Amino acid sequence: MSKINKYDAIVIGGGHNGLTAAAYLARAGKEVLVLERRHVLGGAAVTEEIFPGFKFSVCSYVVSLMKANVMRELMLPHFGLELLPLESTFTPLENDYLMRTADADQTYREIARHSTRDAETYMRFGPRMGQIGMAVRPILETIAPNAIRPSLSDLSNLKNLLNHVKNLSSEQFEYLTKLMTMSSADFLDEWFEFEPLKATMSASGIIGTFMGPRSPGSAYVMLHHYMGDIDGAFRAWGFQRGGTGGVSMAIARSAEHFGATIMTESSVEKVIVKNGKSVGVALENGDEYKSDMVISGLDPKLSFLKLLEEKDLPSDFVQSIKNFRIRGSSGKVNLALDGLPNFTCLPGEGHHLRGAISISPSYDHLEKAYDDAKYGNFSKKPFMDIILPSMLDPEMAPPGKHVMSCFVQYAPYNLKGGWNDSKREAFGDAVVNTLAHYAPNIKDLILHRQVLTPADLESTFGLTEGNIFHGELTIQQLFSLRPAVKWADYTTPIKNYFQCGSGTHPGGGITGSPGEMAAKKILGILK
Amino acid sequence: MIYKNNFHAETQLKLSPFFERTSKLNESQEWRRWSGYLSATNYELSHENEYFAIRTKAALLDISPLYKYIIEGPDTQKYLHRLVTRNINICKIGQVMYTPWCDEDGKVIDDGTVQRLSENTFRITSAEPNLEWLQYNAMGLNLKIKDDSKNTAALALQGPNSRKILNTVAKDSLDQLKFFWMINTNIKDCPVSISRTGYTGDLGYEIWIDPKDALTVWDILLEKGKSYGITPTGLHALDISRIEAGLILLDVDYISSRHAIIESRKSSPYELGLGWAVKMNKKNFIGKKALEKELARGPEWEFIGIEIEWDQLEKLYREAGLAPGLPSTAWRTSTPLYYNNQQVGYATSGAWSPILKKYIALGHLKSNFAMNGTILDFEVKIEHFRKLTKAKVVKTPFFDPKRKRSCPK
Repeated sequence: MSKINKYDAIVIGGGHNGLTAAAYLARAGKEVLVLERRHVLGGAAVTEEIFPGFKFSVCSYVVSLMKANVMRELMLPHFGLELLPLESTFTPLENDYLMRTADADQTYREIARHSTRDAETYMRFGPRMGQIGMAVRPILETIAPNAIRPSLSDLSNLKNLLNHVKNLSSEQFEYLTKLMTMSSADFLDEWFEFEPLKATMSASGIIGTFMGPRSPGSAYVMLHHYMGDIDGAFRAWGFQRGGTGGVSMAIARSAEHFGATIMTESSVEKVIVKNGKSVGVALENGDEYKSDMVISGLDPKLSFLKLLEEKDLPSDFVQSIKNFRIRGSSGKVNLALDGLPNFTCLPGEGHHLRGAISISPSYDHLEKAYDDAKYGNFSKKPFMDIILPSMLDPEMAPPGKHVMSCFVQYAPYNLKGGWNDSKREAFGDAVVNTLAHYAPNIKDLILHRQVLTPADLESTFGLTEGNIFHGELTIQQLFSLRPAVKWADYTTPIKNYFQCGSGTHPGGGITGSPGEMAAKKILGILK
Repeated sequence: MIYKNNFHAETQLKLSPFFERTSKLNESQEWRRWSGYLSATNYELSHENEYFAIRTKAALLDISPLYKYIIEGPDTQKYLHRLVTRNINICKIGQVMYTPWCDEDGKVIDDGTVQRLSENTFRITSAEPNLEWLQYNAMGLNLKIKDDSKNTAALALQGPNSRKILNTVAKDSLDQLKFFWMINTNIKDCPVSISRTGYTGDLGYEIWIDPKDALTVWDILLEKGKSYGITPTGLHALDISRIEAGLILLDVDYISSRHAIIESRKSSPYELGLGWAVKMNKKNFIGKKALEKELARGPEWEFIGIEIEWDQLEKLYREAGLAPGLPSTAWRTSTPLYYNNQQVGYATSGAWSPILKKYIALGHLKSNFAMNGTILDFEVKIEHFRKLTKAKVVKTPFFDPKRKRSCPK
């Protein structure tokens, strides 16, 4: 038990957003306590040595959207943030492949092998999306206004945003509208013709979402993934040295540097509410901590339906949170490997193993995978986004050995008959078999296999229904609607109770943004 | 008609003893000239992975183009003690000292390392040819100076995994080798000396090899280093890391006093941030008198690090409708630095530091403005128009990991 039991602020959940909020509050001189249920920090941004000598970025595995000002303001590079470049995307096909790299000419030639038109379009597409990403940035960096009863500052925010929208070119406005409404497949069809290219690009529109590439709304998710930048380069992805947990640890060290107290293995049972005001938290072990404010980094379902009593909340709000869509659609398979996979279409070791490997040969492959999930099954031939972290950071595995991270979709939370051990293994088999179709030696290399189903993501990491974004990134639950109308500015119907997780604006991914903006709202820096 | 050509001038660029390997590995076929050698700019199409090899894995650089001199004979210690600004009398066998050396006016000619190979044998490395200066100052002394540049091949192995790799290939353990010390050992029956030195500011070593063994050593390093992420690395990556480490580069950050046409182009060690390497308690050394005077009145210039502040830079780019444009490689163009609209200095090299997430630069500043924390204006060109953006004077090195100096327990 911590020595003092009265704090200025208590943050529930030591995930990267909770830690970010804690760091900002501590930086402003507040006495902050972070309570983490697990024995490790990071939430879904965590590195664990699941198999001796092999370090897994257990859940989240790449970083792109981490905000540059958060890195600077919290001095994260000083505390261990080191992002290694993930330079390429490799899509294995039958007897062929598609490869996109950091070099424009090489990528041009590689796409031109399949379609000259696409190769040329591709060169225009990236910069356009980057400009759109930039155009959307101010929206992401504004506290979502209360659309029903806007405050004065909401009105000024809205005015600024409207001015900003007015300044968009007609082309930007067109694309933005299309991206907000269309399916990623439809959107990409307007640009490209080579199916594997389109499919691979559309894949970022389905990640973490219970939608297929042909589902309307998936284009926005694609845009969300385009808004990341590393060192000013939009659409750049990075890998944290030592695994994704390194990002969380850097934030935690920063928070501690500024004076925050962090306690692990401290599971919060309830937020204590008195007269409509939160006054502290009660732990599962019976300990209680008092605090002037409580900030939850958990998803909206847990923040409101588990940590609070329904009776303390307005019923329309409870209804909104119940309706908040948080369907889990993905699983994660982490492999400890004895060597490197050998792809039939591009044998041997090369740069292609140092970037992302995408199992997305066609829209049909993705859409069929989604079909399985629609009817309560995991995909027999899933979509996968794979990286080999040990190719970027050899310390992730013993010399000569490798770790492989497979993000797998789809695995519905509501599996027919429910998830159990044998279903989990069957899901793991489907992943390995799909992979073995392209890299047959994979089966002989596996030293250890960790399979995480949405049910595991929920029970181990507290992600309701296993949704990696704390709620889907679809238009009806973004911005002023995330997680619920009137309560999108990190406040809640309970006085002194705030939210700072990915279930708030601007949403999921390792951004630090909800944590940062919630803290700044609380501190009165952002209005 | 066929000419029999007896003309033997070295008309072609020189090839390092490792060229047989490096030429085949260099996918980008981008080369720079370094002391008349072809030297890889980057092996891959982009230098990013090579940069991160230096900071997170192990980078292998061919540094054979360095100028190397062997000085041997009973008077060598006395001679070097007078030649350079560091105290060579306390340099033990197996020790390495980084030092500048000056002309009589106390202006820097070059900088490099002095390695004590035995009681009376030293190796000195330099960026430019120094044979004439070395010989000129050796007159009447009992020693021999040999230009060893071609007779010693050299590799730098830099990065957190460099020690692990060397421990798997070298006969002796590197665990106890301290920063700026060296040992003689063998790599696969090839005698080599390994110094714990480098130009990256990271844990790293330089390996001094007989050219006939060059390929053997290269091959075994690549083979055994593979699982530790060994990466052949070119000059682009090196340039960023040496700026992060705050290490100066001749002809970029300063000009040798032997080549400066005008007085103002020359710099004293104090003006290059090398005051720590000038040992005034030495009885005598070349340039001491002039440096004593300079020390008394204070140097006119200082060599400083600056951080270009992000918010204003981002704002300027945003006004142009662009995301912040950061240099992807290190630049070397002299860039004005202002204080209150008055130019008070110039930056000589700069880079975006991928590991610090900061835009950093090295430069010369009039001493009155060189206090840490001073806010300057740094000139940037955004869409062809010159703008001023804020930059702060900070101390160097920008990046200084513990592993650079530490030994495993």
